[in-house]
Amino acid sequence: MSTEATIPTAAPEFARSAGASGVTLPRLIRSEWTKLWSLRSTRWTLFVACLAMAGLGPLIAVITMARWNHLPLGQRLTLDPIERSLGGYHIAQLAIGVLGVLVISGEYSTGMIRSSLMAAPKRLPVLWAKLLVFTTVAFVLMIVTAFIGYLASQAIFTQHHVNVPLSQAPAFRVLIGTVLYMSVTGIICVSLGTMIRSTAGGISAYVAIMFVLPGLAEILPASMGNAINPYLPSNAGGAVTNVLRQAHTFSAWGGFALFCGYAVVAVVAAAYLLRKRDA
Amino acid sequence: MIEATAVGKRYGEKVAVDDLTFSVKPGVVTGFLGPNGAGKSTTMRLILGLDAPTSGNVTVNGRHYRDLKAPLHEVGALLEARAIHTGRSAYNHLLALAQTHGIARRRVDEVIELVGLEAVARKRVGSFSLGMGQRLGVAAALLGDPATVILDEPANGLDPEGIRWIRNLLKGLAAEGRTVFLSSHLMSEMEQTAENLIVIGKGRLIADTSVAAFVSRASSGAPVRVRAADQSRLGDALTNAGARISSADGGALEVQGLTSERIGEIAAAQSLVLHELTPQQVSLEDAFMSITKDAVEYQQS
Repeated sequence: MSTEATIPTAAPEFARSAGASGVTLPRLIRSEWTKLWSLRSTRWTLFVACLAMAGLGPLIAVITMARWNHLPLGQRLTLDPIERSLGGYHIAQLAIGVLGVLVISGEYSTGMIRSSLMAAPKRLPVLWAKLLVFTTVAFVLMIVTAFIGYLASQAIFTQHHVNVPLSQAPAFRVLIGTVLYMSVTGIICVSLGTMIRSTAGGISAYVAIMFVLPGLAEILPASMGNAINPYLPSNAGGAVTNVLRQAHTFSAWGGFALFCGYAVVAVVAAAYLLRKRDA
Repeated sequence: MIEATAVGKRYGEKVAVDDLTFSVKPGVVTGFLGPNGAGKSTTMRLILGLDAPTSGNVTVNGRHYRDLKAPLHEVGALLEARAIHTGRSAYNHLLALAQTHGIARRRVDEVIELVGLEAVARKRVGSFSLGMGQRLGVAAALLGDPATVILDEPANGLDPEGIRWIRNLLKGLAAEGRTVFLSSHLMSEMEQTAENLIVIGKGRLIADTSVAAFVSRASSGAPVRVRAADQSRLGDALTNAGARISSADGGALEVQGLTSERIGEIAAAQSLVLHELTPQQVSLEDAFMSITKDAVEYQQS
């Protein structure tokens, strides 16, 4: 038997309808949407974020109003109804940050990234689609739940007439600012996950940058700490979530603009590494 | 059609693939063989644009993988390392891949049926056995009905029935005119499935030939099995002709250093009656062992 003879010299051209379909950004967005919602971790994390954002403020409001007549005068005077009604953001931001990292680090830890990059070998559109889908989902869910949490809390605060309507400055700015701050945090975390390619590493980096750095700045000598403080990402971005401008911070939108600048740097670094490194 | 031209890949100091040139033609199954660490998986990653070559060029259908507009329609790949999110169901995994190319959900159902995963398609991949994971990988590779199929160790974790299934599947794909490129550790499997072979060792090309030619190259010098009415006279005659003789089972002689033709002639000259004269076939495994061993030794000297 001569196998050699059976090797076709001119192999039949495989018939196919080429060019009928290809990879496009809208298609990648649809794919990322499927990927995002088909994981249990996404649904749980977003559920926690939504519950915190919509529910924690009203819960605190109910407790505060119930105890109102027993509260010392000082506490009554310093009560900040805007901040209280959005208190759930402390939990929600963590959930959004962690999920942001997971959106991409989960692909690296399981090997899914190889399937993703084989389907879209230009690579960068995968990152754009991820950023777009995740940030949009985070923004929409957070803005809706922030309004629910705020309006419900204020309705409860009317019991003792300490409510602040959204039309009263700076309530609206704080609400929008808090949601924007979380959304941009999500962008930074997707970028961190892309750069570090590990869930543990990405979440550690997020916690270190946003929660540990401010603590470190505080133990520096005051003159140094005060000079550095406004530039820290969490302080710059956090300015827009503060009811009152705090010492040694930028203005609300000035600080937020700097925070967005950091996000751009993170995205560019992530894009560069994604394009350049072996997967 | 896959073409590699003088392709090389270094990871730091370590050379994984060195000056590799070969082509994989459509219409046949081409096997990719090499000892562990020879650079098979690296080569496949280079073809698929997952790693960038340090030097040289790899193209699929004349273009770099990264430049393919619809890669899943041109190349379907099953990598040895898992490339599936364990938290997602098989269906959603395939759906997410299909959506990148606008492939219809109907096709997702089709490939699930093709690989026989209908019953578990909605279960999370984390609960899958190795064999089920391989079937899902094959489904993903075939999703875009690609002209080229690349599979790294597809038989991993498959039971005998699964191995037969994948063998027939691959032969069928090649018969349709597709390019099929597969690596496997299972030599007997490769012998039954592949027609062409690309063999590498230590990142370098050792052979780019047909399975038959590869085996016959290693078969020169293989022993011949002989039985005669008078074994001792035949043995003496053959020894005088320069053969080395050992006894084999069934009362036969195993003769080395003479071809079966020459043995027959010697027997006839002595008027000896032969009961058996069989050139011993070398298996692909033997051929692979002897040829790669030479290559490794050659490299070390």
